[in-house]
Amino acid sequence: MSDIVIVTRNLNKEFVRDEFRVQALKNANLEVRRGEFLALMGPSGSGKSTLLHVVAAMDKASGGEVEVLGQNLVGLSDGAIAKWRNAHIGFVFQSFNLIPVLTALENVELPLKLTSLKKADRLRHANTALKLVGLADRTGHYPRQLSGGQEQRVAIARAIVTDPDLLLCDEPTGNLDAKSAQEVLSLLSQLNKEQAKTIVMVTHDPHAAHFASRILYLDKGELLPEGQVPEDWRLPATGAAPSAHQ
Amino acid sequence: MSLPLSYNLRNLAVRKTTTIMTALGIALTVAVLLSASALVEGLRQAFAASGHPLHILVTRKGSDSELSSNFARSVFNEIKFKDGIARTASGEPMTSLELVTVINLPSVESPDGANVTLRGLTPVGLEMREDLKIISGRAFTPGRREVIAGESISDRYPGARLGQKLTFGRGDWEVVGVFKSPQLARNSEILCDLNQAAGDFERNEVLSSALIRARDPVTLQALINDLSADPRLNVSARTEKEYYDLQTSSGDLVKFLGTFVAIIMAVGSCFAAMNTMYAAVARRAKEIGTLRVLGFSRFTILLSFLIESLLIAALGGLLGILLVLPLNNITTGIGSNLTFAEVAFQLRVTPALMAQGIVFSLIIGAFGGLLPAQNAARKEILSALRAV
Repeated sequence: MSDIVIVTRNLNKEFVRDEFRVQALKNANLEVRRGEFLALMGPSGSGKSTLLHVVAAMDKASGGEVEVLGQNLVGLSDGAIAKWRNAHIGFVFQSFNLIPVLTALENVELPLKLTSLKKADRLRHANTALKLVGLADRTGHYPRQLSGGQEQRVAIARAIVTDPDLLLCDEPTGNLDAKSAQEVLSLLSQLNKEQAKTIVMVTHDPHAAHFASRILYLDKGELLPEGQVPEDWRLPATGAAPSAHQ
Repeated sequence: MSLPLSYNLRNLAVRKTTTIMTALGIALTVAVLLSASALVEGLRQAFAASGHPLHILVTRKGSDSELSSNFARSVFNEIKFKDGIARTASGEPMTSLELVTVINLPSVESPDGANVTLRGLTPVGLEMREDLKIISGRAFTPGRREVIAGESISDRYPGARLGQKLTFGRGDWEVVGVFKSPQLARNSEILCDLNQAAGDFERNEVLSSALIRARDPVTLQALINDLSADPRLNVSARTEKEYYDLQTSSGDLVKFLGTFVAIIMAVGSCFAAMNTMYAAVARRAKEIGTLRVLGFSRFTILLSFLIESLLIAALGGLLGILLVLPLNNITTGIGSNLTFAEVAFQLRVTPALMAQGIVFSLIIGAFGGLLPAQNAARKEILSALRAV
């Protein structure tokens, strides 16, 4: 199996809204290696979420190539993409996106309904995932009965329950207080280090980015070369760009 | 590959008010359809249970009912001794010349009066109706102005109760007995002596029909063929069962109107279900986007919302059945378009009708849920996730 998990070549994405054309991604070239924890940073509207959505096959590129886990995503049918996403990608949303009428355990079990696993095995896997995120005692709780941090940890359990090769996180700490954010970031870091999960995380938060092993910046749709930071992107206190945790 | 049913059930429970309101709309639609069907089914069962398997009813050619048939006594004498006719214990042929007319009696529901069938028949005719049991009083005496009333008539018409006097023809007739028959159509008749009634109505030579009992099923058909083919007689012969089956058509108009109203209501219920499901899709757009990201296909999403609509509809169907169940076995009457008299029968809410009600509600649910479910399935992931 190749060591490269994500490759994009001259990736372009253009949105047309009314009479306006917005170039969300301009010739983005990205390579992510297996086991990496990459943080994508940039100001609002820089194209970082768009890049994540294209990599997750939730959105289609206007031009260029995108290959994830050796699979060229261009030209795949909706059904094939849904299957592929279920098997290989775990996605963590900013606002958790748990199904409110299902318990924590049922939420985590949900992606496994698409596999050939039997009910007992599905529940065993879901319980293991919840244990891994420290919520073994919250299996029967509904999302409304959990704190924001706990909800996000359930969402992470749901994202990893199928043992995906790639974990994509879109502002995973955006809706959390500092303490819960710390817990979630520690959990992602742990998954990266102990389970060797490849993680790509979009974030605004320099503190969150510090947990990644590499940071890349986007500015006005352009993916900047490694080490380059947008002109107006400096930490307020120090005037320095955040650095990756090594 | 499908979403768990608990997902749909819990979503329905979460928005229980709209679920119940929509289900109630469907319930009323189902109730209207089932009420009309219960009436027709009751009527069908009443007539289906009537008629002896070996009896042939002979009327004048071209007459669909005994009431409109002018059957000459001379014709009766021609056919009375035909081969293949069964005999009584005393050796008489089992043939009965009968006069059928209607009299007007005030009923519990219609104080101004409703038409009731009066049948004049001979002692042999009474003997041929061996399933007829006198439940109070006694049988009428030939040659006297006496009648016996069917149980349904006696229940619904106070003037036809035991000991009462009915006024028709040339004077008063005493009710000397009340009878009951498992052949339900018979219970809606008043019986009296043929010759006495023929005299009162001045129809001594032109009566209504002849009832004949064949010896066995083979001769039954042979007799029918023989009678129908004889040009001198100019009569129509058919089995008594066929004759009563024809009378089920009395309920056709009720069935048509009931179905028509139910279909109009069903269209309204479809829109109600559609509205509910569109609201559900809009409210859960983000969930739909999430499910798609997790790997659920468009078809699975469509199926899930369709199932949800069907669940509401099935609940409506069950409520509709509960609404009409109290009608089961209620006795009512309907004017027959063949006899111009009232036929009493019981409304029947049978298991088959209940199944029909559930299927009808599911059709409403399917039509009401399909477009919203398609709308849910067609949502693009990102626009669904961005929904507030």
